[in-house]
Amino acid sequence: MSMVADVRAPVVTRPRRRLSFRAVFGFTVLLVMGGSAVLAPQLAPWDPARQMLMKRLRPPMWQERGLREHPLGTDHLGRDILSRILHGGRISLGVGLVAVTLSALIGVTLGLLAGFFGGRADAFIMRVVDVFLAIPYILLAMGVVFALGPSLVNVILVMGATRWVQFARIVRADVLSIREREFVAGARARGNRPLRLLLRHVLPNALTPIIVVATLELAFMIIYESALSFLGLGVQPPTPTWGWMLSDGRNYVATAWWLATLPGLAIMLTVLAVNLLGDWLRDTLDPRLKV
Amino acid sequence: MAPHTPQRSSRPGKAVARLGRLTMVGYVARRLLQSVGVLLGVSVIVFGLVHLTGDPTRLLLPLEAREEDVRQMRTLLGLDDPLYVQYLRFVSRAVRGDFGLSFKHQLPALTLIFQTLPATLQLTAAGLTLALVVAVPAGILAALKRNSLIDAVCSVGVLLGQAMPVYWLGLLLIMVFAVGLGWFPAAGRDGWTSLVLPATALGAFSMARIARMARSGMLEVLAQDYVRTARAAGIRTFVVTYKYALKNAAIPLVTIIGLEFGILLGGAVITETIFAWPGVGRLAVDAIFSRDYPLVQAIVAVLATTFVVINLVIDLVYTYLDPRIVYVRSAK
Repeated sequence: MSMVADVRAPVVTRPRRRLSFRAVFGFTVLLVMGGSAVLAPQLAPWDPARQMLMKRLRPPMWQERGLREHPLGTDHLGRDILSRILHGGRISLGVGLVAVTLSALIGVTLGLLAGFFGGRADAFIMRVVDVFLAIPYILLAMGVVFALGPSLVNVILVMGATRWVQFARIVRADVLSIREREFVAGARARGNRPLRLLLRHVLPNALTPIIVVATLELAFMIIYESALSFLGLGVQPPTPTWGWMLSDGRNYVATAWWLATLPGLAIMLTVLAVNLLGDWLRDTLDPRLKV
Repeated sequence: MAPHTPQRSSRPGKAVARLGRLTMVGYVARRLLQSVGVLLGVSVIVFGLVHLTGDPTRLLLPLEAREEDVRQMRTLLGLDDPLYVQYLRFVSRAVRGDFGLSFKHQLPALTLIFQTLPATLQLTAAGLTLALVVAVPAGILAALKRNSLIDAVCSVGVLLGQAMPVYWLGLLLIMVFAVGLGWFPAAGRDGWTSLVLPATALGAFSMARIARMARSGMLEVLAQDYVRTARAAGIRTFVVTYKYALKNAAIPLVTIIGLEFGILLGGAVITETIFAWPGVGRLAVDAIFSRDYPLVQAIVAVLATTFVVINLVIDLVYTYLDPRIVYVRSAK
């Protein structure tokens, strides 16, 4: 609206101002989502697993037949949607965070080794990366989770073990250039051993892409977790998850729109917020980064 | 990268041409070998999938199988042999296209896959085409009219497209266009109308990514010296944009199409489940839930091979289009 005032401003200020709006938006949404997930037991008006069959399939309160005590309506078993979304956020965000940490640990370690030592180690690790890129990860994850049995731990393990590739690739590329820099040669000349060189001098300088990838991967993991849940291979009921709620809602798309729409909206908002934050981090920390 | 470019331009003529051909052959050979290596790695994982729980007979047989059936199955499958013997046997059969019989359908796994693969390829091709047709012009337009209303609309679209899970978008599309408006069927594969909704759901994520890349690629090219020079030389904006900038912005797009194809194949698993599309993805989900492990193995192997082959072809086409890449890579 006040575009006129911007016309003569230097080119640099403009993107920066727009980016910080994105960051504030992303931060706020994520804070609300994260906060309500942490405080779900306190905030949720109902027990998420409590079935009230007399009040099945009630629409959100602003619609006809809606009830004030169920602001976002109830599902096919008369469970409160709002309470379930709040509790579902715990799984989505919690599993996402742990899975990203795990895949970062694997990927960063392998990326560091490949980039720093080069040669055969590098060639081998990069071929393993290619293998993981070639296999449709969702099928692999489904097969593994089904074989081991769907549980919180298995889901996290599988998610971490299939997505580390992203970290390995970006860290390797970064380390390839870092290891040629003077301060690494200097540290080596001072008699530092390879491990210390790697952890004290190379790793800290590769942190920027790691942070950015971790943020963008968190968004991915949230979608990934709900996809597994949606297919029935995520964390098992009665623990509510957003993906599970969506798949419940599938059978009611014609009669009860809120069942599938609202948990999906929660996923989208969270992912959107994390992505905005990731974009902002990248543009602020290192705009040349190709992630 | 840098040291080789001047060398190439300072010694033009036959020697370089011969060097180029040689490295080209070397590069193709190496790239082929690499692909074989990747496929071997895939085979290890596919083989390992069944051995995850230690004793695959439990996975391979129905839950209610009797103890003597289990024992019989063990000997039948040769599970008492050392693991590497079993693996070699698995690979030598797989190379010949023999993944065993599907338990559920009692047909060779590969036959089942080839029956359903066309549907999946049709869906992914439609999704990718849709993504490209919308995203490339949109991204270029957004870059040309930077900070305009079009640019803003595009970036909102990109953000939403990247944040919407395919299963949710699929359900929303069914709700609005199948149940609500009744324009397209909600499920099945019957004529082109049934392709519209699944292809849209599947292509949306790629559309967002491609639009984003097209925009940033175009912006990068527009800032290059040769574009500025061309403009300064008085060449019309239209020609500069389409003849100079667009061609160069297109190159990185070609490479991501290969990776995007892999993402689409993965997304097809979920899309096919939602829209009851009779493709490999649905076959796979079905196979996993009915413990049909030979079929699961075969599907993972075939999809991974498809991905590897497509990326190999794209890489080779790419080096043909831009030979500098061969010199640079093989010089390492």
